[in-house]
Amino acid sequence: MAKIRVGIPGALMYYLYFPLWQVFFNELGAEVVTSGRTTRVLLDHGVREALADACVPVKVFFGHVMALKDKVDYLFIPRVVCLNRRTVYCPKFLGLPDMIRHSLPGLPPIIDERMDVRAGRAALFRAYRRIGSSLGVGPLLVVRALARARRADARYHSLLLDGWRPPEAMTAVPAMPKEGRKPDLTFGVLGYPYAVYDDFLNAGLLEKLKRLKVRALTAENLAPGRLAAQTYDYSKRLFWTFSDQVLRATHLLFEEGKVDGIIHVSVFGCGPDSITDKMMELKAKLHRAVPFMTLIIDEHTGEAGLTTRLEAFADMVRRRKETVPCSR
Amino acid sequence: MFKVTFPRMGQSYLAFQMLMNDLGHEVVLPPRPSKQTLDLGVRYAPEFACLPLKILLGTYLEALGAGADTVVTTGGIGPCRAGLYAGLHERILADLGYRMRMIVLEPPRWRPLEFIRQLRLLNQAHLSLRAYWEVIKKGWGKLRALDNLEKLSHQVRPREIRQGDTNRAYARAVSMMSEAYTPAAILEAEAAAAALLRAVPQDPVRPTVKVGIVGEIYVLLEPAANLEIEETLGHLGVEVERSMFLTGWTRDNTWTETTHGLTVREAAIPYLPELIGGHGRDSLGHTVLYAKRGFDGVIQLAPFSCIPEIVARTILPRVSSDWNIPVLTFFLDEQTAKAGMTTRLEAFVDLLQRKKELWRETTPAPPKGRYFT
Repeated sequence: MAKIRVGIPGALMYYLYFPLWQVFFNELGAEVVTSGRTTRVLLDHGVREALADACVPVKVFFGHVMALKDKVDYLFIPRVVCLNRRTVYCPKFLGLPDMIRHSLPGLPPIIDERMDVRAGRAALFRAYRRIGSSLGVGPLLVVRALARARRADARYHSLLLDGWRPPEAMTAVPAMPKEGRKPDLTFGVLGYPYAVYDDFLNAGLLEKLKRLKVRALTAENLAPGRLAAQTYDYSKRLFWTFSDQVLRATHLLFEEGKVDGIIHVSVFGCGPDSITDKMMELKAKLHRAVPFMTLIIDEHTGEAGLTTRLEAFADMVRRRKETVPCSR
Repeated sequence: MFKVTFPRMGQSYLAFQMLMNDLGHEVVLPPRPSKQTLDLGVRYAPEFACLPLKILLGTYLEALGAGADTVVTTGGIGPCRAGLYAGLHERILADLGYRMRMIVLEPPRWRPLEFIRQLRLLNQAHLSLRAYWEVIKKGWGKLRALDNLEKLSHQVRPREIRQGDTNRAYARAVSMMSEAYTPAAILEAEAAAAALLRAVPQDPVRPTVKVGIVGEIYVLLEPAANLEIEETLGHLGVEVERSMFLTGWTRDNTWTETTHGLTVREAAIPYLPELIGGHGRDSLGHTVLYAKRGFDGVIQLAPFSCIPEIVARTILPRVSSDWNIPVLTFFLDEQTAKAGMTTRLEAFVDLLQRKKELWRETTPAPPKGRYFT
């Protein structure tokens, strides 16, 4: 009998949890198919199918699903609600399986298990067990698969922490990419993983920074413990996990003052970012020594425009560093 | 004594004004949101913030300019971003150099003690607990009366013989309500105002279509935000039923869910089992209920970039085809113009009327109640 093929779209949660899910499904005896990196074709398909008012990462997700749907027996689109007991994900993540199911025709069955650690004891394990039983796998095998998946996940995240980028860290035998010219600047590049790491969507932002001799520091490169300990001065915690992370990272980097600049990678029409970005901007006003820039990406983001802005920003930071050597 | 202002939503300000006066405050009445209000809000609000945040920011700026020193508003605990708006407003205003007191009423279930503390802070007249309860009850009564009158105006307007009569009668009805300050006077004024509205000359046989309006609460409730869509529809001969009123919403969110809320939830569950914040799931549930009740169409109103409504809108075409009910969506922002909206509404209503006529000719049974189970 041929192996069951499970499709995992290469967008949104992919950048953080693909290794976990890949190992999990492999251990259950399924073959994992992914749609790979975002391309122009994928994006165009997504833009055509998704609602015009949706944000571009969701459109990209639609594109990835379209690319996968005829190649797999199941689509894995979990409803990730809450993984840390404190913050939930953006409402679009909460309704993602429903948006896909009710707007794309001819889909294979969707595995849309709800993942919410607040839903009783061992809720996450029970979610994975239900996934196992929907593929006809018993609980013992699920326990083993989950343990191995968690190990893979821990390794992946420690690689990210060491400064690896998702595509390299996901490969079986990671090889550190060739160092470019020695960087002389460090920028904090903060934003949601699916905006920062999707190098088609952001027109190769990280690669461009490297060519400009800038070391990029993302939220995933900061120790989770330090982020969790970081507070921000607001009456309430931001409701959404990624926004909460980004805002904590912003405060951490500004207060440490070790980076030469901070770039916020935001997405056009992003609801949570309307608040996050304003909060970052207000924080930046208090730390004039560290320049701050917001980049907004959408489906029309062009290479040239982005390059110009990055070059200008890097030049400005360099010049400033030369003229005020002892500002800190 | 504080100089209090608060968000303006439709006619509800009359009830809040009375309540704040009873609690011993001077009220700086927020002006009706205008082009200028919106421009102010747009200038200082984040670009992708939704329309309610921008209008409210503009409203606060205008009211603070008129001498207010306290803003009373509501909070929320997510995942809709409206729950963070009070804090964001406070910061933006502080950044602009405004000093004011912000009293945020969060859902009592979240932090009961904080809620009580805020209520005590509001009580500047030092009312006893019993008197406090009485003034809230009185304000609530006024709010309900205002909602009832608005509902009535939606029914009368499509059948009025001379266009504009209902508007005039409704304006008089509202001014009657604004002068009622005791529970008895409120009841009396409501009865008189309702009679006034019913006295508008109507054409009982005029064919009308029935349209339900669903969507995000602020743009539903504030006519300045939705460009008086109910009035426009009324003049096109459409009987409008809005899915949300302030009294209905407060009840659903303060106490346990009412039977009405429960059925809306149940109706939406096949399409969206998760609570996604805002009113996304309500929009789906109400659309199903309107279809069941034999409405001719549904209009969804949402602020541009509203996340829950985008999710709902993505799923609505399926609901629309499953239940055979036409749905039209408006995403509203500072660029939306009334003429464009009216054109789209006219086309939509034309379609609904034609569909209804076609149905009448081909189906012998009365169309209403077809979906009742």
